[in-house]
Amino acid sequence: MNQVVLKPLRQVFWHAFWAIAAKETRRYTRIWIQTLVPPAITMTLYFLIFGHLIGSRIPQIDGVSYMAFIVPGIVMMAVITSSYANVTSSFFGAKMNRYVEEMLVAPVSNNVILLGFVCGGVGRGLLVGLVVLLIALCFTHLPMTHWLVTLSVIFLTAVLFALGGFINAVYARKFDDIAIVPNFVLTPITYLGGVFYSLHMLPPFWRGLSHLNPVVYMVNAFRYGMVGVADVPIGLAYGILLLTIAVFYFYAWRLLRDGVGLRG
Amino acid sequence: MIDPVHALSLHQLTKTYANGKVALKGISLHVEQGEFFALLGPNGAGKSTTIGIVASLVRPSGGLVTVFGERLDQNPYGVKQMLGVVPQEINFNPFEKVEHILYTQGGYFGLSRLELRDIVEHLLHILGLADKRQQQAKALSGGMKRRLLIARGLVHRPRLLILDEPTAGLDVELRLGLWGFLEELNRSGTTIILTTHYLEEAERLCRQVAIIDHGEIIANAAMRSLLDQLDSEVFVLYLCEPLAVLSSLGDFGVKLVDPRTLEVCVGRDQNLNDLFALLAARGIVVHSMRNKQNRLEALFTRLVGIGEQAQPATRQVAV
Repeated sequence: MNQVVLKPLRQVFWHAFWAIAAKETRRYTRIWIQTLVPPAITMTLYFLIFGHLIGSRIPQIDGVSYMAFIVPGIVMMAVITSSYANVTSSFFGAKMNRYVEEMLVAPVSNNVILLGFVCGGVGRGLLVGLVVLLIALCFTHLPMTHWLVTLSVIFLTAVLFALGGFINAVYARKFDDIAIVPNFVLTPITYLGGVFYSLHMLPPFWRGLSHLNPVVYMVNAFRYGMVGVADVPIGLAYGILLLTIAVFYFYAWRLLRDGVGLRG
Repeated sequence: MIDPVHALSLHQLTKTYANGKVALKGISLHVEQGEFFALLGPNGAGKSTTIGIVASLVRPSGGLVTVFGERLDQNPYGVKQMLGVVPQEINFNPFEKVEHILYTQGGYFGLSRLELRDIVEHLLHILGLADKRQQQAKALSGGMKRRLLIARGLVHRPRLLILDEPTAGLDVELRLGLWGFLEELNRSGTTIILTTHYLEEAERLCRQVAIIDHGEIIANAAMRSLLDQLDSEVFVLYLCEPLAVLSSLGDFGVKLVDPRTLEVCVGRDQNLNDLFALLAARGIVVHSMRNKQNRLEALFTRLVGIGEQAQPATRQVAV
């Protein structure tokens, strides 16, 4: 057998990144009944119940029908949940079954590992978001006012929650640990993130408190991109998104560098 | 300190785990290029920690690792490109297809699908996995899973291959097949480090051996010279006719296990011709014989101080 010739690191990292990203994509498409169908069904029920049945009795909000108002938030909910869950379950599975060692023994940098898993999470998040959006178009018309804002915000949000999922997976020691954050943190902050209501509808105290919820900024920026209305400044939303991504990325990278839960 | 001649050099390697357990107490070891090297030791001796450090799965507390002259702490990516690791435990994604596992692993080492195509085909064929390429790994038999681990460790054509118990749980036929494959691989220039609990495997395959115990190297020599240290060997003789009692057999230590089975201890200064002459003189006909214990096993148990109770009553094997 011929002996290997050392390759330039840039080339190694490039192929390694695509190997991880492809593996992650294969994973969530292989189990599409678990990854793509459930959010589609859940969000269809939201559209039916909140948008169609209850929403038809609610007047317009900021000049937009209630159905059109909640669509961006519901798409965002699906993206947040899916991108987070994908990285959490995938990386935790790799850790528990020890096939994460395939990467650790290979010349793969921590940045490449992180970006590869984030790419998988973002891919699933955006795919689920697209499915939900297509379902939403069966119920209402969406003008897509600022498409660049729409795409960039949904992408950055998926990146952020994929990173969050990665951090969760690094710390998780058992399956219960990967369910705690989605159940007790993600679900409350998403539901209270202005998906179903405008912040203007809240009493001053709760409105002020809502501004501490980062999901409010993501949902509103996304809504601005789609239907042109928002309760928060878009620039601030971008700032919070980018800052949080930077903090999460650095934290996740440090966990990998220190081998937390991975190296003895 | 850095020696490019050696495939692997460990210099004063230490490891103390967070719980205070001292796994390695400053071991130093050199493995020549092209060597087939056995790293032996009882459970908990420090073998896995040593392999883990070389494979970057365990962080050393101190010391230095070099692979083909490259320092692991200074050039980890370069070292990893030259290193293949076959772990003891099955650790691939059971839901991935066999082919995907190999392509993905090759990708981790910077190989494109085009570059990998021939390598993957070669490994699948030579390791008998070609017709399983589209199967999920979980559907493979135990032997096939073990071969898939080996294929995965070789997919980037490493110069140094570390095998941790590669034949554990394999039946005799598979084990023999794998031995032949590893010997051929070694002949083609790949340096191999093997840990195994099957000491006959180490004796058959490896030319150099190091024994580690309680985090220290207690023996490190050529297999031949190490085995020459055995003062004696115990042979089990199966007799054609039953024997009621046995008088002494010259200077040979003997023990009648049952009327048809005799154990004889043959010292380094004795030979089997003399033994058989004495047996023939007493009209004792031997049907067949075998070593009571693998020679390396005898040496190993002596060195690490285990299983001495199991030695024959006639004479202790000594180094």
